[in-house]
Amino acid sequence: MVSLFSFCKDRIYYLQGDLKMISRKAIIRLSTLLAILSWVSLVFTDLSIVFSSTSNVAPSVGSHIPPILLSVFIISIFLYYKYRIEKAESINFVDLLWKVFVSGLVATIVSLLFRLLLNLLGNTKLAENVIFLDFIYLINLGLVAGFLVSTFIVWKRLILYQKSKFLLATWKIFEYGLFLSLLYNLLDIPAFTWFEDVYKGILVLIGVVLSANMKWVAFLNFKQKWKGILLIALAMFYLGYFTFTLTGFAVDISEVTTSFQDFRDSIFLIAIMSFIFVYSLFSLLVILFNLPTSSVFEQKLEEVVNFQRLSQSIQTEQSEDRVYDILLESSISTVLADAAWIEEIAEDGKSLFHTHNIQEDEIKRIKAHFVANDVKGILDKGSDRTKNLGKHLATLKGTHFRSMMAFPIYVKGKQEATLALLKDVSDGFNKENAKIIDTFTNQAGISVENFRLLSEALQNERYKEELKIAKNVQSSLLPKELDQNDDFNLVAFSEAADEVGGDYYDTLKIDEHQTAIIISDVSGKGTSAAFHMSQMKGVFHSLAQVGMDPKSFLTMANNALSKCLDKASFITTSYFVINTKKKVVDFARAGHCPTLYYDSKIKEWQFFQNKGLGLGILRNSGFENYIQLNSFTYNPDDIIVLYTDGITEAKNSKGDEYGYDRMLEVVSKMTDKGALGIQDALIDDLYKFTGTPVIDDDYTTLIIKFK
Amino acid sequence: MVDVKRIQEGNYDLITIVGEVDASSSIELDNAIAEAIQSGNKAFLVDCSSLEYISSAGLGVFMSYIEDFKKNDIHIVLFGMNEKVRNVFEILGLDQLLTIRGEKEEAKSAL
Repeated sequence: MVSLFSFCKDRIYYLQGDLKMISRKAIIRLSTLLAILSWVSLVFTDLSIVFSSTSNVAPSVGSHIPPILLSVFIISIFLYYKYRIEKAESINFVDLLWKVFVSGLVATIVSLLFRLLLNLLGNTKLAENVIFLDFIYLINLGLVAGFLVSTFIVWKRLILYQKSKFLLATWKIFEYGLFLSLLYNLLDIPAFTWFEDVYKGILVLIGVVLSANMKWVAFLNFKQKWKGILLIALAMFYLGYFTFTLTGFAVDISEVTTSFQDFRDSIFLIAIMSFIFVYSLFSLLVILFNLPTSSVFEQKLEEVVNFQRLSQSIQTEQSEDRVYDILLESSISTVLADAAWIEEIAEDGKSLFHTHNIQEDEIKRIKAHFVANDVKGILDKGSDRTKNLGKHLATLKGTHFRSMMAFPIYVKGKQEATLALLKDVSDGFNKENAKIIDTFTNQAGISVENFRLLSEALQNERYKEELKIAKNVQSSLLPKELDQNDDFNLVAFSEAADEVGGDYYDTLKIDEHQTAIIISDVSGKGTSAAFHMSQMKGVFHSLAQVGMDPKSFLTMANNALSKCLDKASFITTSYFVINTKKKVVDFARAGHCPTLYYDSKIKEWQFFQNKGLGLGILRNSGFENYIQLNSFTYNPDDIIVLYTDGITEAKNSKGDEYGYDRMLEVVSKMTDKGALGIQDALIDDLYKFTGTPVIDDDYTTLIIKFK
Repeated sequence: MVDVKRIQEGNYDLITIVGEVDASSSIELDNAIAEAIQSGNKAFLVDCSSLEYISSAGLGVFMSYIEDFKKNDIHIVLFGMNEKVRNVFEILGLDQLLTIRGEKEEAKSAL
């Protein structure tokens, strides 16, 4: 006995422990095989016991064997259904009930077939043979066990839906209690009848307590509830039928012999039967009583889903129109409106309508009607949105609507649209409806706003990318090397602002004795500035090599650029031609910052005060009248300082400009230094003045020191 | 950060520019001048005494209308610029194309 018991236990543990490694399919197959084997052995052992007891032959098998086999059978079908039903993912409640119904149906049909067979046999000897009766009884017992266990697993899933820690613990106690009852059956201690009754009582009680958990019912919609009622009622019918059938057989057989496997002795079967019955009854009643309120629950759920849809539309939808469409759909389905419209208010007074079940001319008629009757607080900013409009709408011919609610949709505090909901009946909307739709419209407003912010952010990102390209173009336009000469030393510095500016400088060796030097500042910033700068470079490199004088150069450059600059753009330029043979500098200025010049002979600095007009300002003839050609003879140690207005207009934190005087002061101290020394001193002082590495406009200097 | 106002004053319109004209606020100046031209008036005085700063974009606005002024026979006189602003106009050479005066009375007589 003990060895068999431990064998059985070992076997179970072997199954439970080791099977984790085996796939689900293998467990299902293995448990099926075990169930069949144990049931067949049960049939044989029980029949042989019944046979021996009725024929007064010493039994070849101990009477303790059938209970063991029954327990093994129950455990294996338990395993089978555990893996078939419990582990199956995302099965909905109706599907679960359907499984109960199907397993019950199969069991009932098989059982009915045997009943039919029994009836056909009538009062023949075979029909009265207790062994034959026991056989049919055992078949029924197997079917019932299968039905009970499968239903038990389904009930478990239903009860543990949205489980709490306490519920889970209670369920575990219940399950272990049932398992222990299976083991208790094996022990075969008939003396403790009172104990068995208490045990049964406790299990039934826990079953009743657990049966109070039916949260799943709330999640069924109306149709599903009806299905649920039907399926559960059928399951209860099966249960009743089986109990009746089994009891009938058991009574018949026990008249002849008591040594058969009587299910009434099994605590497990009694407990599980009563549990299944109680839970079925409870759920049937709960579903029944929940039927009338299910539409409310459905509507609440719909509201939540609609709300979610509305907030998700921010990320997924491609346009504001889509947000309004979703708002319209959601509002209609939430308050069950008969018709609705959304009017997007456009700047030019032409509104865009999203409509449902209503034509635009009817909307216009309704609106005109409100205006004509001086109805306030409906389509304008009003406080009470549920005001009874019946009396106003009733007076309007040609519309069958009798109640209406309207809500403004605000984006960044500005009313961008109006949502109007209509119903055929008067007083069709309540405060609750108004509250929900108010939330919806608020959310739609946020969605639209976020959508705009997102588009703006994308636009900015694109703009930044463009700037990056422009900046690269700009820096590639500046010369890598400057043309140096035995007669002068030339250095240049250029630092571009974050926003691309359009500073440009360049040199070109015209011939052996002549070098052209240019410094330019394109008005405006960004890509267009970089673009104009490249045009300037093209103009410089094509015209300078011809060797024309600065005035002609600027005039021709103006002609060329007039055709390609935008209306409000211009370029300031200073152009120099240094002739090292004649030691003469020819220069002209087109609106550019005055050149700073150091005359070493008189040891004086000065800003050239020559006249000039920016390129592109005068785009027809007459430009040359505003340009002066100047020239001077240079001496060793003379200095020319060229710069752009980014330097003179650089501001410090107080808002003061760097200005001409500060620049002059710095460079005048550096007269005996080389070009690079002057440049370093100037740039150093400039950054010290502004106190920040961040610059608003390009800093460009070009310094020439003659030898 | 610029405020441009236009009021009728006798036989001319007085346009007052207050604040700073940079790349972004130049659009406002542009709109104001465009409106002034569309109004059909032919004489304008531009009060620049409260114009604190003007960037190249702002200068570009004035520059872009020089042709229109000529074409429509519009007389426009700027006055009251501070030294810095006037210097900016002069460096670019706009003082040669636009009439710029010191005081309002001078400007009126220059119309």
